[in-house]
Amino acid sequence: MLHTTLASGRRVLAIICALFLALAPTLAFAVTPEEMLRDPKLEARAEALSAQLRCMVCQNESIDESEAPLAHDIRVLVRQKILEGLSDSQIRAYLVARYGDFILLKPPFKPETILLWTAPFLLLLIGAGAIALSVRQRLTAPPANALSEEEKSKLADLVGEEK
Amino acid sequence: MIVETGHFALVLALALAFVNACVPLWGVVSRDDRLMQVAPSVALAGFFLVVISYAALIYAHLTSDFSLVNVVENSHSTKPLLYKITGVWGDHEGSMLLWVLILSLFGAAVAVSGRAMPRDIHAAVLAVQSWIGAAFLLFILLTSNPFARIANPPMDGMGLNPLLQDPGLAIHPPLLYLGYVGLSITFSFAAAALICGRIDAVWARLVRPWILIAWIFLTLGIAMGSYWAYYTLGWGGFWFWDPVENASLMPWLAATALLHSTTVMEKREALKVWTIFLAILAFSLSLIGTFIVRSGVLTSVHAFANDPRRGVFILAILVFFIGGALLLFALRANSLKPGGFFAPISREGALVLNNLVLSTCCATVFIGTLYPLALEALTGAKISVGPPFFNATFVPLFLPLCLLMPIAQTLAWKRGDLLGSLQRLFFAFACGLGVMLLLVALRGGPAISILLAGLAIYTILGAFSDLATRIFRRAALLKGSQVFANAFGLPRSAYGTALAHAGIGLTLLGLAGVGWGAQKILTMKPGDVAQVGPYEIVLESIGPQTGPDYTATAAHMAVRSGGAEIAELDPAVRYYPVRQMSRAEAAIKTVDFGQIYLGISKGEAAGTVDARLYWKPLVTLIWFGAIVMALGGLCSLSDRRLRIGVARRVRRIAVAPQAAE
Repeated sequence: MLHTTLASGRRVLAIICALFLALAPTLAFAVTPEEMLRDPKLEARAEALSAQLRCMVCQNESIDESEAPLAHDIRVLVRQKILEGLSDSQIRAYLVARYGDFILLKPPFKPETILLWTAPFLLLLIGAGAIALSVRQRLTAPPANALSEEEKSKLADLVGEEK
Repeated sequence: MIVETGHFALVLALALAFVNACVPLWGVVSRDDRLMQVAPSVALAGFFLVVISYAALIYAHLTSDFSLVNVVENSHSTKPLLYKITGVWGDHEGSMLLWVLILSLFGAAVAVSGRAMPRDIHAAVLAVQSWIGAAFLLFILLTSNPFARIANPPMDGMGLNPLLQDPGLAIHPPLLYLGYVGLSITFSFAAAALICGRIDAVWARLVRPWILIAWIFLTLGIAMGSYWAYYTLGWGGFWFWDPVENASLMPWLAATALLHSTTVMEKREALKVWTIFLAILAFSLSLIGTFIVRSGVLTSVHAFANDPRRGVFILAILVFFIGGALLLFALRANSLKPGGFFAPISREGALVLNNLVLSTCCATVFIGTLYPLALEALTGAKISVGPPFFNATFVPLFLPLCLLMPIAQTLAWKRGDLLGSLQRLFFAFACGLGVMLLLVALRGGPAISILLAGLAIYTILGAFSDLATRIFRRAALLKGSQVFANAFGLPRSAYGTALAHAGIGLTLLGLAGVGWGAQKILTMKPGDVAQVGPYEIVLESIGPQTGPDYTATAAHMAVRSGGAEIAELDPAVRYYPVRQMSRAEAAIKTVDFGQIYLGISKGEAAGTVDARLYWKPLVTLIWFGAIVMALGGLCSLSDRRLRIGVARRVRRIAVAPQAAE
């Protein structure tokens, strides 16, 4: 089997990547019935949590979507920890301690990611500021095609004549 | 022999591209008409050469000519005919050739249709287009030649990746490329405008149809890709915020912004600098997308370093064109005079806001996509930026835009009346709110879905409220003839805008539907019954299936609603021996706008399957909305001023620029 680590790319990305990079993905399901928890509430929690965790040997896939063996192991691990009574954040902390930030699809807010998280809103502010500035300039400066005093009086004359 | 002809044609096309990149430009600089006139014919000749080359490659695939590396690596003698043809663009070399084919197609289209354009602009556009063509032809010939032969041809090929053996492959890449590469024309127009120093309303009107064409194809291409992923994956995801998807979303956002800013430039001669910049940006993002997808930088920074030849080449193309265009822009932009004056609350003001938000959205996607790569390259730290990030940043930026969309449509040019606009939208707003209240009272569901549904209704109705006011204007007592006269009197672009905006609303409604979906994942054996949402799924039997180049296990399932059977579906899992890969084949039944979506994989125990059963209400609206958006674009494209206005008016305007409008 070629590229076993990449074999789990199963989504559009995989399709297009396959298009472009000639990877060799296989298609199968991710969560299998055997893995699922009996309690639907806990299972829903496990699925929501899984959707936020990256399958680290795949391309941008969550463990909930991937059928790579590693994703299976982590799915089982997450469910085991849920049964042990750990909270979502405790499970996340446990996984980050084991695998690093790379496992979180939502990057944590840290010095390295400040730029990532703030950039969208900073850019919006900067853009809005630039627009406000140019509007103010426009409003204070007289329009380029405004009439001069001479033209105004001429216009008044012409209009007056019409009457 | 045919293959050699194709190869030769490609080299000849490169030579012509070089000719066309230089001679007309020289004509523009030296104001020599004869040199400029070279451009259209050479562009056409170049296009025909690339067509010949492409046809030769298709021929090689059709005849399974295994003396070509490209055919050996991507084809197989047992592959069905459709995939022998579509497989041509299913691999790197072939898809790059498609890229160039579409690039020269657009060049040829401008050559044919633009004869009434100001001659210097026409020549300069074609010259810039040829520059791009030359760069990519060189890329193909030097690093990804589809016509490369193999010394010892094998008996058979390695086959096409089964994931790609789908009708989607016939439609998705060509559509997406028509959009992606279509933006090259707007880039060429922008560069030509800077070179010729003609940046005015006439230019905006000339470039508008091309932006519309690219935008229509890009919209359809993205939607098609999303639907393809949806039905291939076996669980019905349709958008993953994946780098490859983002690479197509970024140009779409930029092109959408550009479409709006050229309107301002065309009507009011304002936002000139910004519009030119956006035109450059949109194609630059296409190039960056091509780089992201082609270079292998996606898989990891290291994969890129292992075989950097192609990546570095595209990077060089990217730096040359983006850098060159921005340099030209920096040199010329200062000489532009500010255009028409407008109050902050006006149609122009609203379109500026639209551009601000869309560009920020675009920048967000850009940063989210490239940040992990940059961080890893700089510090070695590995982070993931996945869907939760984009949901937390892109969505809150984009949704308010939908709230503003109908308001902007009802604002007047130059100086708008915000209160009047809001009054006109009262009906749409009340309906949106009413739908939300009804949903809360009767149905319940996730807050975000209810919010989205309300927003969607408001957007759809709001999209048409401006039209309605204009149609029923001066038609007291609902006089039929006046209503018809008003309706026919409205420009088609007004209908186009309404349709496109309503399309966004439909897509939002489809997204809202996700919240009311149902799913079941379970092991089933024949005779088992499962309840999914309002439907009962019965597994009747499991059996083998054989196809031309695969074997499959299929489940025969009946779908019942209220006791009556409404459909029989056969989801399957296929195995392709040539590539030793399997793929799920979901079975889908569309009910109203929703879909029953069934997928299977082999179960642990013999005689069972692991089934994934879904009910996805309103889901088809996601893509139907995109089709309506594209229809809106088409409607706008057929507008009188673009259809016949260009050719006749430009001549007049070229003589007397004051005569505009």
